[in-house]
Amino acid sequence: MNKLNSFNLKIPSRSANESFARVAVSAFVSQLDPTLEELSDIKTAVSEAVTNSIVHAYKNEIGSIYISAEIYENRSIKIRIRDTGCGIDDVTKALQPLFTTVGGERSGLGFSVMQSFMDYLKVSSKPGKGTTVIMKKALSLKI
Amino acid sequence: MSVSIVAKGEVVTAFLDGEIDHHTAAEIRTTIDEAVYEHKPTLLVLDFKNVSFMDSSGIGLVMGRYKTISELDGELAIINTSPCIGKVMRLAGMERLAKIGMEELANEQA
Repeated sequence: MNKLNSFNLKIPSRSANESFARVAVSAFVSQLDPTLEELSDIKTAVSEAVTNSIVHAYKNEIGSIYISAEIYENRSIKIRIRDTGCGIDDVTKALQPLFTTVGGERSGLGFSVMQSFMDYLKVSSKPGKGTTVIMKKALSLKI
Repeated sequence: MSVSIVAKGEVVTAFLDGEIDHHTAAEIRTTIDEAVYEHKPTLLVLDFKNVSFMDSSGIGLVMGRYKTISELDGELAIINTSPCIGKVMRLAGMERLAKIGMEELANEQA
């Protein structure tokens, strides 16, 4: 499938960048003229992934978060969010709804939101090396 | 992000304004809990009318306020959620903890 456009972004894991990251991705995918609901789904999923990197991967430090997105001719979107933080010991466990390793009112629903709001979610992680989240979504066809 | 609190009788209403994420949730939490402990209401209303974005950090916020108000034997209501915010609430099963969309009830008691 023909790739129409792409971008790469590197941001420090400061919580103020949660809104920057989701707005950047949403501005980029706006080229495909998504519906408001699709845009909101994408923003929410990106916010979850970036927040995970900030809260978990770089728990006690500021590290880099790498965000890239690609849009394709068939109106599909691929988003990759990667960190080089602490990694996840057990990805299957981390994907379970309500599972969380930290207190402070984290709901444990981040991955559930990504799974439910996007069409595809893949989480690869190596303890001590970092985590990569790949999400895909096919936008509805324009009439 | 800002929160304004209106306390009337036994009802405390928190009007949330802006985007709710992990970055903004802490401040909202503190403001609401201070009002709840001060007024000890029987009903805490969270008004989402002016909330333009919310991720699962907002769910953590709602679950936490449910805990706070339950300790005081009060109830929680969530009103004026947009379709997008309603989607996140439903995913998290928030209707089990709070009365969602009971605008009339909240207005009646306010």
